[in-house]
Amino acid sequence: MVQSIVFAVVALLALGFAYFQFSKVRANILLGKDEEVKGPVAERAKNTLLVAFGQKKMFKRIVPAVLHLMLYVAFVFTQIELIEIFIDGIFGVHRWFLGPLGGMYNFVISTIEVLSILAFVATVIFLIRRNVLFIPRFHKPEMQGWPKLDANLILVFELILLACIFTMNGTDVVLQDQDPDHYRATNFAVSGLLGPVVFGGMDASTLYVLERVGWWGHILMVFVFLNYLPKSKHLHILLAFPNTYFARLKPKGQMLNMPEVMNEVKSMMGLGDPNAPEPDMTAELPEFGADDVTEMSWIDVLGAYSCTECGRCTAVCPANITGKKLSPRKIVMNVRDRAEEIGDKIRSGNTEFAERADEPLSRTNFQDGRNLWDYITREEIHACTTCNACVEACPVLINPLEMINKMRRHEILTEAAGPADWRPLFNSIENQQRAWSVGTSRTEWVKG
Amino acid sequence: MTVKTMAEFAGEDKAPEILFWVGCAGSFDDRAQKVTRAFAEILNAAGIEFAILGDEEACTGDPARRAGNEFLYQMVALQNIETLNMYGVKKMVTACPHCFNTIKNEYPALGGHYDIVHHTQLLQQLIDDGRIKLTDTTTFKGKRITYHDSCYLGRANGIYEAPREVLRSLDGQLVEMKRSRQNGLCCGAGGAQMWKEDEPGDKRVNVERTDEALSLQADVIAVNCPFCLTMMTDGVAAREKQGEVMVYDLSELIVSGLRTATGE
Repeated sequence: MVQSIVFAVVALLALGFAYFQFSKVRANILLGKDEEVKGPVAERAKNTLLVAFGQKKMFKRIVPAVLHLMLYVAFVFTQIELIEIFIDGIFGVHRWFLGPLGGMYNFVISTIEVLSILAFVATVIFLIRRNVLFIPRFHKPEMQGWPKLDANLILVFELILLACIFTMNGTDVVLQDQDPDHYRATNFAVSGLLGPVVFGGMDASTLYVLERVGWWGHILMVFVFLNYLPKSKHLHILLAFPNTYFARLKPKGQMLNMPEVMNEVKSMMGLGDPNAPEPDMTAELPEFGADDVTEMSWIDVLGAYSCTECGRCTAVCPANITGKKLSPRKIVMNVRDRAEEIGDKIRSGNTEFAERADEPLSRTNFQDGRNLWDYITREEIHACTTCNACVEACPVLINPLEMINKMRRHEILTEAAGPADWRPLFNSIENQQRAWSVGTSRTEWVKG
Repeated sequence: MTVKTMAEFAGEDKAPEILFWVGCAGSFDDRAQKVTRAFAEILNAAGIEFAILGDEEACTGDPARRAGNEFLYQMVALQNIETLNMYGVKKMVTACPHCFNTIKNEYPALGGHYDIVHHTQLLQQLIDDGRIKLTDTTTFKGKRITYHDSCYLGRANGIYEAPREVLRSLDGQLVEMKRSRQNGLCCGAGGAQMWKEDEPGDKRVNVERTDEALSLQADVIAVNCPFCLTMMTDGVAAREKQGEVMVYDLSELIVSGLRTATGE
């Protein structure tokens, strides 16, 4: 009874705090501008099924793909055990699924155990890959400090979680001989063998405590994990699903059109809709492109929150490979960091961040004198060849190029800045409608 | 060679089978002009009645758009669409994957809907249909040819096999770089990089890519894009291999082994 109450209170607190934190993540994602979700639902669902659920793009690199798959499958299957822990915890029962599942129970838990062993092996290998082997994509400048610690913490959490599962199951097996009424007989694939080896010979009171340590340890670790996710790169385990669903279906080569610019140029060229209202010449000039998260689309910000910092984008970026400062992963990480900063500042209610002091802070009433250029240098944005290698590489369909393109648009259209080398190009296109300023006629080649 | 413009066709109240979109590089760059001529020769050899826009053609706007200059892009793009729609153009071919991508994927949003193919796709079709026949099979005998996927034909539009099929019709040996197809490495020119100095770094992108091609002991680097052509040629020169390794566009390789199919 006492345990049930304690469990209910802990669970409520953990879930409540997680809800509060996830609402903040949602609000931060919605700092981005509205963007219509285009294209058929079936095609989006297929992306989610193949890319997120089926991990299709992970298999471009076979070794990490197999290791990741072990962890992923174990994670998904362990949810069954988690449901049981909840039922047991709330109703004060023990291994409740044993009743309704009967003989199937051994099969289900044994499956989880075998997968957990695989997950354990994978986690240890991941720790070695991150900390012992020199894999360049894990050692780029943006991976110093918190991102490196974050990655290791998750792996350590995973090991604790697995140790708890096996302590819980292993002690249970030994206790079955001593208190068969409460600890009903089971036949688990791993702990059935390992339990007696590790825990055999211990007295009942120690075993009882250890069993509870395993049980509580597991569920507490799950609660910690859940509340850690919103602050971590590990959020991808949830957001990979919506991100693959909402990923734009357009061909990779297609840049998003800017209807506001198109319509203005059309009216300039006399191609506009003759019935359209006269443009308001006194209106404030709109901003084009994005120098901040509030000018990106919510789909871009969702992408930033879905990023697990694996660095596949950076590993294939031609600019990064040749030693330029640009790293697509860093751009994506910076968008998330800036979204966090804006979100926190808006929620602080501090009126010094308001553009119009008499109105409440919001994504449209916010000014802190900072923007994405405080995170990202011009040099990074200028180094991009728009080759789409980063877009192709991302296992969860994040599009770093879209973010880069939007920053380029802001620089050129709103700030009238950008690389000086591009001015002759623009002049040539504007005045002679051609990207080459040499030559005289487009039919010269015919003469040979 | 005589090549007619759309205006000339319109003057005779006729329409060509296809419009050859030459592009700025193909029109003005010395090296790319050779590709343009080679491709025009192939079209003639296949008996395809084609036209060009000539001086009515404007830059598609690709480099301006990718640099971030949407105004400039819209200006030239809308101008081109006006011209193309005025002539009622439906079918187009181009030897530039940047022009191809922009016209295919970006002009529709501006009201320009055309059936455009890249020249490597048309080359494959002409070979498959027997409209051009390669009779000189000695030029590439025993030669190692490696194919460099351009970003805008490859990743951007998913066209990987047509150019390879074309190359297989030659007598050479097609050798693949490790980074190919979806994983192909850029030549370094896209996103308007062609017109600016590199940002600070350890190496030029084109040299990185050229090194990969050279590591295969390739005799020929085959490309499908005028920008890649420049970048890879520069890369080969930077490694002082211009005496041993040649960089060619696919149409140049085909035209060198070409004899008009008899009776056409």
